[in-house]
Amino acid sequence: MSGRGGRTIRVDTLARVEGEGALYIKMAGERVAEVKLKIYEPPRLFEAFLRGRHFSEAPDITARICGICPIAYQMSAVHAIERALGIRVDPAVRLLRRLFYCGEWIESHCLHVYMLHAPDFLGYPDVIAMAQDHRAVVEKALRLKKIGNRIMQLLGGREIHPISVAVGGFYKTPTKHQLRDLVDDLEWALEASLATVRWTAGFQFPDFEQDYEFVALRHPDEYPFNEGRLVSNRNLDIDAAEYEDHFVELQVKHSNALHSVVRGRGSYLVGPLARFNLNFDKLPEVARNAAAEAGLRPPVKNLFRSIVVRAVELVFACAEALRVIREYEPPAAPRVEAPNRTGVGQAITEAPRGILYHRYALDEQGLIVTAKIVPPTSQNLRRIEDDLREYAAQLVAWPIEEATWKCEQAVRSYDPCISCATHFLKVVMEREDTRLGTEAC
Amino acid sequence: MLIIGCGNRDRGDDAAGMLVAERLRQLGMDVEIRRGEAAELIAAWSGADDVIVVDAVMTGAPPGSVFLWDGQHPPASHSSTASTHGLGLAEAIELARVLGCLPIKLRVYGIEGQRFEIGVEVSPEVKSAVERVVRRIEAEVKPCSLNQVPMNLRA
Repeated sequence: MSGRGGRTIRVDTLARVEGEGALYIKMAGERVAEVKLKIYEPPRLFEAFLRGRHFSEAPDITARICGICPIAYQMSAVHAIERALGIRVDPAVRLLRRLFYCGEWIESHCLHVYMLHAPDFLGYPDVIAMAQDHRAVVEKALRLKKIGNRIMQLLGGREIHPISVAVGGFYKTPTKHQLRDLVDDLEWALEASLATVRWTAGFQFPDFEQDYEFVALRHPDEYPFNEGRLVSNRNLDIDAAEYEDHFVELQVKHSNALHSVVRGRGSYLVGPLARFNLNFDKLPEVARNAAAEAGLRPPVKNLFRSIVVRAVELVFACAEALRVIREYEPPAAPRVEAPNRTGVGQAITEAPRGILYHRYALDEQGLIVTAKIVPPTSQNLRRIEDDLREYAAQLVAWPIEEATWKCEQAVRSYDPCISCATHFLKVVMEREDTRLGTEAC
Repeated sequence: MLIIGCGNRDRGDDAAGMLVAERLRQLGMDVEIRRGEAAELIAAWSGADDVIVVDAVMTGAPPGSVFLWDGQHPPASHSSTASTHGLGLAEAIELARVLGCLPIKLRVYGIEGQRFEIGVEVSPEVKSAVERVVRRIEAEVKPCSLNQVPMNLRA
């Protein structure tokens, strides 16, 4: 729409992002005057819910923060608490946790690549319209997603809100036979993922590269899930315990979500692109070859290509799941004992959308004194706004409808999970935020 | 018959479908509980030919109103489900129709909610509607008790 003194791009409800958000970009002539990605979901109360609860409840409570990535919340919670308690888990448990994460990555990446993101590149308003012309593609996506869900259901113990993850291990571990039942499906999924890389590599991508600070875990031997140091392409190399020394969360007026920045530097990028660029050498050969055939070489600096990188990570997740199943021997006990003690523990794990930080302080009875959770989307929010400022500047001459559509696509490239990103803020909420707090979809 | 209750227990009235499912389970019925995400729903009803789905809705009607839709004429997505997800029940129905995997018989019970904030209680009107839907579904599954069930679904 045109207005006096400039044009405004306003997307009141962003479609195809998890949760709800609104985007506001104000252009003044040739200049982008203002960019605001608004989050108006109800604030997250989970950090407050956790206070006073026993640490053993944390995996189940935090799993409910997000319907798409419950495993990520469970993984960051148990690793942080195990660190606070000073306990080490059985190597078989460690393997199972990697498998569990594979299931979540397959499900989440499949949802985003096929159901939410691909329609942008093929010119459809949504996956329903896309399915009319690409029925086999959507059927493949549904099957692939279901395979990810099978892993999560087997290890999680039920269809939603997994309950089997425990501090120290699992409440129940699967047999070798149960895992082997997944092999045929996963072999099909690996082939389907390779085809996904080839399919997405053929899309047309806007010419838009940025100089990002990529931040991801890095492990000496493996593509990261639950362990490793936090590194960046700007010489960051820290332990999870140092996270809050290097990253700070800022409150911004227009959003319920906190914006996270690197102290002294500013915005940064977490998620598939960061992982891929910082850990390319740790991908299995099948995934590296798929990336090379798709023309992906680190560093990939075009966020629109993240759909291809997600597809490469689908290949990794399927190959890694098959490796874990081959190597798995059930642990002697499903979990090690986790006695109550005072302590503070931090952990970072790689959720599908990027690093998820948890910190817990426990008292002598094992009750949670404080909890801090920094989800990946809130870490990317500042970067999304920075990108939009640059990207919108390229679109000033475009018709407003097309420019709006392009900016929406840019936001979707991040796969933002806005329902995870909102925190409880100890400030007076603006009335507008409160009024818009319910979801009217 | 396959019965699926959808929702999120932590978001006030969005728990409606889940509460119906839990009550029906207490009555000895086999009921699935799902978040309400489209791909998950399509997988859940795959192969079934007679399906009931219960979910919270926002249509602007008074809280606790109960709607019954035929899957062939589902509500428009922008005004129906209160799902936190980009693709919810209405999209699941549309996508399944395009893919030719919509159950022959699909009915959707929508319970009008009013508050969906994290951590809030389910409103009394919705609790009452949950009971009405439970009785209605129970009557459908157990036809012998049909005469005892009030058929007026409006609050």
